[in-house]
Amino acid sequence: MIPVSTAITIAMALTVVGLICACIRLILGPSRADRVVSLDLLTILLVAIAAQLAILYDVAAYLDLGLAIGLIGFLATVAFARYIESSPSKTPTEEVEVTNNPTAQTPIQESIKSPAQGDLK
Amino acid sequence: MIESLVSILLIAGGLFAAIAGAGLLRFPDVLMRMHASTKAGTLGVGLSVVGSAFYFTDDMVTTKAVLIVLFILLTAPVAAHLIGRAAYRTKTPLWEPTIIDDQSNPSDQPKAD
Repeated sequence: MIPVSTAITIAMALTVVGLICACIRLILGPSRADRVVSLDLLTILLVAIAAQLAILYDVAAYLDLGLAIGLIGFLATVAFARYIESSPSKTPTEEVEVTNNPTAQTPIQESIKSPAQGDLK
Repeated sequence: MIESLVSILLIAGGLFAAIAGAGLLRFPDVLMRMHASTKAGTLGVGLSVVGSAFYFTDDMVTTKAVLIVLFILLTAPVAAHLIGRAAYRTKTPLWEPTIIDDQSNPSDQPKAD
């Protein structure tokens, strides 16, 4: 069968492929939720990287690292989810929504502009 | 015997990690991307950690591995649910061919907190 040293190389290469895909989605991601999802996958795959490092270096303490990364990653994901839910966003999706109904914003802009024009006159 | 089992578990875990990354990159929608990354990512991490537990064959290491797998199995659905709810409530656009949106009826809309 395949020796563990070869298998660990293949497994780490495949996991790094997943990490790179997550990083590309983190950069591309059109909305904030995409970026949070890719951060979630990054932390989860880092736990897998920690478990593979434990086998690669034959040091079992790397599993503690995986446990800590898992804990912190979950807290970070929950915090980011609460954040994007509770804050007004300026993502491209919101801009699309604004351009779809321009009537929502034009009265405010006119009311802001009109006193300034009155002052100029 | 155990060595080949460890090899199979590790390569399967790596494959699922790569599949999770590919799904995250290729799917057209936040919810679909989340579906790929959460399920395949959880399975990939679980297989890798179980593989390391079989490699060390030590009580303490096995305990830690079981803890990691249990924790990820518990928290990954919760995190995905929270992100999905946040994405839906901030009106992140769905995939264009989507035909059913169960929350689109205004009387069913959840009230804002």
